[in-house]
Amino acid sequence: MPKRKAAVNKKECVSCGCCVKVCPKGAITVPTGIYAEINPALCVGCGLCARECPASIITLEVVNT
Amino acid sequence: MKQTKKWYDFLWIFSLAYLILGFFNILFAWLGLICFFLPLGISVLNGNKAYCNKYCGRGQLFSLVGGRFGLSRKKDIPKWMRSGYFRYGFLIFFFIMFFQMLFVTGMVFAGAKDLRTAVTLLWTFRVPWRFAYHGTLCSAGVAQFAFGFYSVMLTSTILGFITMILFKPRSWCVYCPMGTMTQLICKAKHAASSQKI
Repeated sequence: MPKRKAAVNKKECVSCGCCVKVCPKGAITVPTGIYAEINPALCVGCGLCARECPASIITLEVVNT
Repeated sequence: MKQTKKWYDFLWIFSLAYLILGFFNILFAWLGLICFFLPLGISVLNGNKAYCNKYCGRGQLFSLVGGRFGLSRKKDIPKWMRSGYFRYGFLIFFFIMFFQMLFVTGMVFAGAKDLRTAVTLLWTFRVPWRFAYHGTLCSAGVAQFAFGFYSVMLTSTILGFITMILFKPRSWCVYCPMGTMTQLICKAKHAASSQKI
């Protein structure tokens, strides 16, 4: 099965930080207050952030490894 | 899977207490200025949205009621509501109403207008709020600001609850004027610092 990881639509992110709070891996940060950033090395693609995001701008994308 | 709770994960208690205190003595509304200046200060000084990300009690209240208690349909917010037009438009609208409120407060301070012991909900409905007014030590303007500011806070909480029920728990965060404003400050700050080098 192909691996999937969370991806943020940076243009529409409101940087509220809901995703940061639910991420079980601590893979998300909002370093500059402009958009959330996902550390692909830590992301396991569980999709909790995508479900929580009030703007629904986080998606799970297939990554080639 | 659940992370350990930090002290700031309980700030929703303050948000709830704030709303309740407004029913007993309107002057408590002045405390709401904390959630006005703190996020602005953090974004100006540190260039991040740590307030939204960690400390916002209102956001926590919404995720508690909408998430844990399940009072939310958990549907996607309509596309237009997360668009820049709506977010910045709402920010401007909020600003206009806020300055109108400050203007009325100024009139009462100046003695040109009488104190109105009412809370205006959704910028339209004037609800008599005399029961929470027990006089003020200084000018009547101090109380007028409290009524005005509490109106802003209660109105935005009501809007937040409506979108919490209709969409995701923290839908308010998408169009929260404070969030939009602090994000703008962060954008400006980081644009300026990346140009310096």
